[in-house]
Amino acid sequence: MIKLNINGKEQTWDGDPDLPLLWFLRDEAGLTGTKFGCGVALCGACTVMLDKEAVRACITSVSDAAGRQVTTIEGLHPTGDHAVQKAWRQVNVPQCGFCQAGQIMQAAALLAENPKPSHDQIREAMAGNICRCGCYQRIENAVHLASTGV
Amino acid sequence: MNIITNPEKLRGFERHLVKVQNVSRRSILKSLGIAGSFVLAAPVLSRPAFAYETGAGQMPHGVVVDPRVFVAIAPDGTVTIVAHRSEMGTGVRTSLPLIVAEELEADWKRVKVQQAHGDEVKFGNQDTDGSRSTRHYLIPMRQIGASARTMLESAAAKRWGVPVTEVKAANHEVVHAASGRRLGFGELAADAAKEPTPAIASVKLKDPKDFRYLGKGEIGIVDLRDITVGAAQYGADVRLPGMKYAVIARPPVTGGKLVSFDGAAAMKVSGVEKVMEVKGWPWPSKFQPLGGVAVIARNTGAAIKGRDALKIVWDDGANAKYDSVAYRAELEEATRKPGLVVRKEGDVESALKSADKVIVGEYYAPHLAHVSMEPPVAVADVKDGKATIWAPVQSPGGTREDTAKTLGIPEDNVTVNVTLLGGGFGRKSKCDFALEAALLSKELGAPVKVQWTREDDVQHDFLHTVSAERIEAGLDKSGKVIAWRHRSAAPSIGSTFGAGAVHQLGLELAMGFVDMPFEIANVQCENPEAVAHTRIGWFRSVSNIPRAFAVQSMVGELAHATGRDQKDMLLELIGSPRILKLDSVKDYWNNGEPYDSYPIDTARLRRVVEIVAEKGEWGRKVPKGHGLGIAVHRSFVSYIATVVEVAVDEKGKLTVPRVDTAIDCGTYINPERIQSQIEGCAIMGLSLAKYGEISFKDGRVQQKNFDDFPVVRMDEAPLITHVHIVPPAADTPPCGAGEPGLPPFAPALMNAIFAATGKRIRALPIGKQLAI
Repeated sequence: MIKLNINGKEQTWDGDPDLPLLWFLRDEAGLTGTKFGCGVALCGACTVMLDKEAVRACITSVSDAAGRQVTTIEGLHPTGDHAVQKAWRQVNVPQCGFCQAGQIMQAAALLAENPKPSHDQIREAMAGNICRCGCYQRIENAVHLASTGV
Repeated sequence: MNIITNPEKLRGFERHLVKVQNVSRRSILKSLGIAGSFVLAAPVLSRPAFAYETGAGQMPHGVVVDPRVFVAIAPDGTVTIVAHRSEMGTGVRTSLPLIVAEELEADWKRVKVQQAHGDEVKFGNQDTDGSRSTRHYLIPMRQIGASARTMLESAAAKRWGVPVTEVKAANHEVVHAASGRRLGFGELAADAAKEPTPAIASVKLKDPKDFRYLGKGEIGIVDLRDITVGAAQYGADVRLPGMKYAVIARPPVTGGKLVSFDGAAAMKVSGVEKVMEVKGWPWPSKFQPLGGVAVIARNTGAAIKGRDALKIVWDDGANAKYDSVAYRAELEEATRKPGLVVRKEGDVESALKSADKVIVGEYYAPHLAHVSMEPPVAVADVKDGKATIWAPVQSPGGTREDTAKTLGIPEDNVTVNVTLLGGGFGRKSKCDFALEAALLSKELGAPVKVQWTREDDVQHDFLHTVSAERIEAGLDKSGKVIAWRHRSAAPSIGSTFGAGAVHQLGLELAMGFVDMPFEIANVQCENPEAVAHTRIGWFRSVSNIPRAFAVQSMVGELAHATGRDQKDMLLELIGSPRILKLDSVKDYWNNGEPYDSYPIDTARLRRVVEIVAEKGEWGRKVPKGHGLGIAVHRSFVSYIATVVEVAVDEKGKLTVPRVDTAIDCGTYINPERIQSQIEGCAIMGLSLAKYGEISFKDGRVQQKNFDDFPVVRMDEAPLITHVHIVPPAADTPPCGAGEPGLPPFAPALMNAIFAATGKRIRALPIGKQLAI
């Protein structure tokens, strides 16, 4: 029996300990905000936070997450008004929106670690998150906005 | 992208053909029987109130203009507007209801958008493709909103006992100015519903100068908040009680089939419940499933692990030798010999012989995979002879028809619920993944979600075609181009629907090939045969990609050969402002639009070139190692020109410091979303130019995931994309915006690379061609 803390709530899992956290979140816990895009940590759609670190849930096993705080997009902010989420809405970032939960989690982790990243630092930190619609210019602007308020 | 121009060639498209020619007429009659609803076919749309017609009425099931179908008003004043098109990132789920709200005089803050299920008899055509939602629905949605407004005004006038001419709807209420009385929409809703639906021709539309929302770009998409908090529901996010999770192992070669399998090891994986065969259809399989072996489990992770443990024997079938290297040579060889003549003006053969100089360009563009961020996925619940589907599909109506046919049940017993699409780009016009879910659910007697992995998506896509384009341009002594022969060889989308399709369809020929707009005396377009060995499908902007690449690269080559500026060469080739006459092209397909309303207008083509040159500061001095390139292309009846600045460093690594694009898409609804489409096209354009290639060996796709089929990431994306939207003249028909940004990017980039390095890249993708 593995004990998990997801968005502040205790959960247990007695199945395959190697199950990727992604599928536990989506299929077992019903937290579908975290998306499946590649399964091998190439696209970042499944980005969640383990404690304060952004990780790819598709290559993180349930057992890896045991005893740590898992934060998903649903738990990023109680009313969905994290500075990054607000900036995303202000800049009208999304097109299809599918990758955006992962992008937002990655950006939130970046700002937690580096509150005032330069444009180059933003581009580097966000390069692991693919957006096929091509919202990068706006993602970059939104991260900048969230970090500076302007 | 479903308009048919050449029925005898297209038996495989039966659903569209039948719908266009028979069913749609029948369904119109059926709908007329419903009190108060009316269905418009194209001829009715062409009224003097509008200076243009569209091909909307010719689409399967045509257009439904009925406020009772699209608008509901609750007693509390909440206005619900139906979005009948699929949202895949263009903003259409916001834009079309916004048009209704504009004419209705509804306050957008009090509007709720409801997604239509698949029902084309009720809603009209729902195929979200071909960049035509705004194009086809601007007028109908205005009429729907105006009809509902008229009904509210009539109800208010009756309530007050005043002539209807004295009342006016404004901002969610109806006002009687003379007496100062006013009633909210909610208070009038019940009475308004009792009013007869006005005759469409009698409905007065707003003067565009009074628009509050249209053309302004100030309204965010309706799903914006949900997307940022993880609450937006995509196909994969649907969960039903008792639902099983499935992944499928499909034949690795197109047209292959299952011989035998051993599921014993898979069954030992924790969470796996069942291993079973999935029915497949023989090639060409249209939109039907490929078949294979499904692993059913309690979650997707277990199903994937179980599938890894399967032992399967396949019969690879007729395409087992498909090899991209050999096939490229075949296509290129085909373009060096005469092919089927599909456009002919003057005498190109003699003109080439008499030319002072002939420039030959051979261009190659490989297969591409769509790789929308959400891989194909669908949920189906089939029981008691009824099927309910939840899926991210671009074609809810087609999905419903195909599900009914596949399960052998009446269409009325199929409900297709449309979720948000995590990207589409044409892939989700094909509903094979929903049919797989329906077949499995029927056999299991339980709801099933079929999830494609990224590897499934890359290896079993309906791929963008692969093509060889050969252009010979003959110049006279003064450097004027007097002859143009273009041969295009590519497997056709038609091959996915009917065996033996070796020539391109009218719709493929008309994508930058037979509609070439240059003013040249002797022109010939030829289409040599090409046999397909995999499933070919629509990819965002379709055959416009290789054609714009070839034609606009050739413009750059001609500029270089004659020592002229690229932009000057381009304008000289476009020539005088005129309407193109394509008399020699049999059954020219004009993106399904009537030519009178949507002609090929070289004045508009010139204008976007001039605008992008001015706004993009064409000719500006750029640092060493940088270069500027330009390209223009008309597609989806829009005109788009792009200037790309590239920087190539000493190791051959390229970056794109700046992109400028000018788009003339006629009358538009939401410039902010047009801008986002064009920004995205620069990135998708750079992806396909730098990396885009799906290749085959031994019949198998050689790529699997984003490592070997890369797309551009943020650290290599264009730093700045400027979008210049051309303000439309009055009554300019709306044109496409979702796709046309893509085709000119790659050739503008190639022309820029040539300017920067002197190296001409004629085969996509760039890959290692610049590496030093």
